[in-house]
Amino acid sequence: MADILVYSEKRDAALELAFKAKEFAGTLGMGLAAAALGEGAVAAAADLGAHGADRVFVSEDAALEGLAVDTMADALAQIAKEAGATIVLVASTRRGKELAPRLAQKLGAGCVTDVNSLELRDGDLVAGRYALGGNTVSLETLGTEIKVLAVMPKTFEIGAPTAGVGQVVTPAVTLQPSAVKLVERRAKEGDAVNLEDAERILGVGRGFGKREDMELAEQLTAALGAELSCTKGLSDFGWLGEDRIIGLSGAKTKPDLYVAVGISGQIQHTVGISSAKLIAAVNTDKDAPIFQLADYGIVGDLYEVVPALIEKLKSV
Amino acid sequence: MKLDIVVCVKTNPDLQMIRIKNREPVMEAIPFKAGDLEKNAVEAALQLRDSAGEGKVVVLVVAEGNRKVRETVKEVLAMGADEAVLVVDPALANPDQAGVARALAAALQKIGSFDLVLFGEGSTDNYTGQVGPRVAEILGLPQIGYARKITIGGAGVLVERSMDDSIETLEAPLPAAVTVVSEINEPRIPSLMNIMKAGKKPVEEWGLADLGLDAAAVAPLRAVLSNLAEEQDRKHIMFEGGAAEQAAAFVNALIKEGVLGR
Repeated sequence: MADILVYSEKRDAALELAFKAKEFAGTLGMGLAAAALGEGAVAAAADLGAHGADRVFVSEDAALEGLAVDTMADALAQIAKEAGATIVLVASTRRGKELAPRLAQKLGAGCVTDVNSLELRDGDLVAGRYALGGNTVSLETLGTEIKVLAVMPKTFEIGAPTAGVGQVVTPAVTLQPSAVKLVERRAKEGDAVNLEDAERILGVGRGFGKREDMELAEQLTAALGAELSCTKGLSDFGWLGEDRIIGLSGAKTKPDLYVAVGISGQIQHTVGISSAKLIAAVNTDKDAPIFQLADYGIVGDLYEVVPALIEKLKSV
Repeated sequence: MKLDIVVCVKTNPDLQMIRIKNREPVMEAIPFKAGDLEKNAVEAALQLRDSAGEGKVVVLVVAEGNRKVRETVKEVLAMGADEAVLVVDPALANPDQAGVARALAAALQKIGSFDLVLFGEGSTDNYTGQVGPRVAEILGLPQIGYARKITIGGAGVLVERSMDDSIETLEAPLPAAVTVVSEINEPRIPSLMNIMKAGKKPVEEWGLADLGLDAAAVAPLRAVLSNLAEEQDRKHIMFEGGAAEQAAAFVNALIKEGVLGR
């Protein structure tokens, strides 16, 4: 019996994949295997079992230290073979997105990265991802015997753990240490911004004329009870950090309310807000593409409208 | 130290020019240009070459035909790359990332000697990020993704890279494959003089047969079922009047929607 194999170096992403893959495995009559690699792998195994994995392949091989992508790909390729896996799901984190194609190449597999929807159609996995800079959604299938899919974190829910425990397997992997050495790893600076989970988001763009005006943006953010975000263009000026970018090169969000101020609405940005329940926009240009996407709109000078909004919000 | 760098460049449709009609992207008469991140990769290569003092930057492009690549190649040669190698073949009309990687890897083998091969972390249009890692695997090269700083030194190359929530510094022997993120640099705008000179730089053109490949070797592994714009159902209500009036109506509408939590 063939298996689905799931892996992520991030705990929540791995559990999410395991939980969803369990459903696919049930429909397809397949088993579910999970891999846990490197430091802490043994501890992660129980969680994966509780979230549906029948077997958890655990390796804390010294060669995996630092999580070099070539060695990880080598380990997963060997585990996939031992598990008889024909579908491999990894999380499309930066590390996972680097890992998936290298693994696919090793396995002679087709690969889709940044998958944001995955479903079974007539027994075939259909993966959705943005294409053409976010202008379109491409639905793709893979024709190879082994398929590798890198799925965006938070595409699926993490279900509650069951009483089940996976069988822990020590795979017979032979690994060489990577030629790539980790010299240093440090956490990114800046306060943790979590746009993906924010309920209300204010987005600001190049309609703002100078860095000092970010204070006005912050006042509106506070009045809305929102998180502050921006376009890549504004972050490129250095006015807000890159962790606040929404769009193709930033966060994909799904807030209840997204308010766009001074944002024209280029697809590279709007791809990150199209799942918002409600979109409101303020822009000087009545023909700005953002209004095509907006539920509510104001055509006007943001330097007049934003203070008026702040005042009104404070009064209610 | 002499430093030879190959930069793999994809030619992308100009995304600003794409219109959507009945959810279908209209691709006719769309100009093609070098990808944004590939320009970052070219800029990084030029800076590394210049600080090494000796060596060359070769740009490598694969495409189905000359039309789409001519402008792209000119663009990056004008930035300051020394030569270009084109792999042009009708079989590359609609390749996937596996096919492109196969062609690039074979071309890199034919080029023979290089110290670094650079890529964008993803293409401007489809952003799959697959080509760099696949080429690295085919050629057995050490691979470092998401570089925001590249320095030649140590055991070969020292790369600072930007991960989801950490910054890593990695070291690898040469030759190595490195993909770059946009924050690595600001690509230079070619001067008129350099644009003129670009036309005289050597451009080598190979077909798949020159690389020992056939159409089957670059055949796509994936099928695209559909590629359509997302459907958006929005209310499109606009508020008129002065700023205070507009703001009041706007806030009242949001309150009514129940999206302004306390």
